[in-house]
Amino acid sequence: MNKETSNKSREIVDEGLIAGVRKLTPARIEKVINQVLKKETGARLEAYINTCVHCGLCSEACHYFLSHDRDPVYSPVGKVKQTIWEILKHKGKVSTGTILKAARIAYTECNLCKRCSMYCPFGIDIAYMISIMRRICHRLGVTPQYIQDTAHSHSATMNQMWVKDDEWIDSLQWQEDEARDEIPNLRIPLEKEGADVLYSVIGPEPKFRTQLIYQAAVIMNEAGVDWTMPATPGWDNSDMAMFTGDYELMGRLKRLHFETAMRLKVKRIVMGECGHAYRSVYDTGNRWLGWKDMPIPIIHAVQFYWELLNEGKLKVAKKFEEPVTFHDPCNIVRGMGLHEKAREVVKAFCKDFVEMYPNREHNYCCCAGGGVINCGPPFKMTRITGNRIKAEQLKATGVKVVIAPCHNCHGGLDDIIHHYGLGMELKFLGDIIYECMEKPNAV
Amino acid sequence: MHGIYNFITGPLAWVSWSIFILGILYRLANITLSAKKRDGVVLNYFNLKYALRSILHWMIPFGSVNMRKHPIMTIVSFSFHISLLVAPIFLLAHVILWEEFFGISFWTIPDKVADIMTVVVIAGCLFFAVRRIIIKEVKFVTSPSDYLLLVLVASPFVFGFLAYHQWFDYQLMLILHILSGEILLALIPFTRLVHMVFAPLVRAYTGSEFGGVRHARDW
Repeated sequence: MNKETSNKSREIVDEGLIAGVRKLTPARIEKVINQVLKKETGARLEAYINTCVHCGLCSEACHYFLSHDRDPVYSPVGKVKQTIWEILKHKGKVSTGTILKAARIAYTECNLCKRCSMYCPFGIDIAYMISIMRRICHRLGVTPQYIQDTAHSHSATMNQMWVKDDEWIDSLQWQEDEARDEIPNLRIPLEKEGADVLYSVIGPEPKFRTQLIYQAAVIMNEAGVDWTMPATPGWDNSDMAMFTGDYELMGRLKRLHFETAMRLKVKRIVMGECGHAYRSVYDTGNRWLGWKDMPIPIIHAVQFYWELLNEGKLKVAKKFEEPVTFHDPCNIVRGMGLHEKAREVVKAFCKDFVEMYPNREHNYCCCAGGGVINCGPPFKMTRITGNRIKAEQLKATGVKVVIAPCHNCHGGLDDIIHHYGLGMELKFLGDIIYECMEKPNAV
Repeated sequence: MHGIYNFITGPLAWVSWSIFILGILYRLANITLSAKKRDGVVLNYFNLKYALRSILHWMIPFGSVNMRKHPIMTIVSFSFHISLLVAPIFLLAHVILWEEFFGISFWTIPDKVADIMTVVVIAGCLFFAVRRIIIKEVKFVTSPSDYLLLVLVASPFVFGFLAYHQWFDYQLMLILHILSGEILLALIPFTRLVHMVFAPLVRAYTGSEFGGVRHARDW
């Protein structure tokens, strides 16, 4: 039967999950589940559970479901059935096997992209329910090894990639040095009090995508922006704790990030091209801290580029020749509505723009977000086979360049492009801008 | 028979209406309190403009992408829900009862229309049941309670239809019609049929988040 075969092929050995469930006892499972359900959930969960009429219409939204030939175990409501319904039905008295399976589903078979909210006739937030499952798993100590390692890094260093304090400053100075070959007067100002903009990035930028810092510095410099970066922890705006379910740690991270900006008395924060970090600063982390809005304005790189372009600070020197398509990241499109601004920037810098379908709020997820790519190599194929539909969508554009203004999307799309042999090249919006902008100070 | 009729149109009617109204008020009060106490975001991010935008948008047939992807479901679902509400409220026979008991009178629909709407409701229930059996993603999340709900909803319409057309024993059909209607009313607040009152709330909150916070459409 359908159900059993898919369950078997989904069995994956993850050291973190296995080690976690080994320590569990039935009493502990029941206690933790009921603590979370009784103390941390309320009106939303009650309304969602009682309103859902099990119609299955949300299925249409999910890339996992569509990529697995409409296998019901991957439909959004199907995943809720195997996780939240299961623990509610048994009032927390579930086996370690159920927890292991629920953890695998919640952490690696849902990207929390919220596309299904737009397909449910009631608008039920299914990703929220999956997040509750993750919260329970975190409290039970059942988390995938790789993403838990990034959470440990957050906890110990306040950044995602075990970057040490001096390594961070070194990386920035290294990029400043490099960039001064091209633009002699370029600076990456550190700790500049009262600057207009604090620029924050995610851990992977200094770790292995350092050229993005270079490019951002060039854009800031050439657009004449009064900016700074912090020399202290708090420079990393990323947040894997939000995805493991460790909300206490999420709160620590967001507080330090915002407080670093406040310490430097900047007017606002601009963050790099990252989607999940935007969700964390704009939607999730601030709320956990009890801030309805942000204590200091924060905008995503896409919005910043759009502003610079419209203020005439960013000028187009030449158009990008090759045809390009644009991938809408969930966290800044369904999460912030930046799809039109992004298109305006793309169209300003590119000669030939081809839409992929569906697009904007309805775009298919990259299958990397929601912390899934951070669950590491054991789940690489989960992401790739779980998003065949994305490969088909990309292929149908017929173009060879995909712009995706989000780190997670890059990771996810990169794997899909290679596995399905699409021969496409991935770019950040910053890559295109850097290549095509006017650089008045360049030698 | 007469005794039963008097009982179900008298005391039992009061009981079922009371459970229905008080039950709904209880659930609404409960969920509002719960939102206040443990789910602050719901009330804090509520935004009337975007709540209404979402509710109204989803009331337009074929207004959302998913409705267009499932045209038959959309047609059935809209006509089912409209008929389900309009037929019992505006049926001449029901309005006469209101007038007899409370002196309240309002607009009615022709019996012919009510008859068609009744068939639409019954056919809708059958459609939903068949859907649960043949579509695998629906089957996967279907439990016996889902069929029970359909039976619960269909029963007053089935017996009402039979009574109106005076098929089988008229009096028995009428009694079963009233009884099943009363059971339905009383169970609405305590089953997933409560989506009747929760659906607009969920939609309002989702609409508020999508429109007010995330600046995106939710359809």
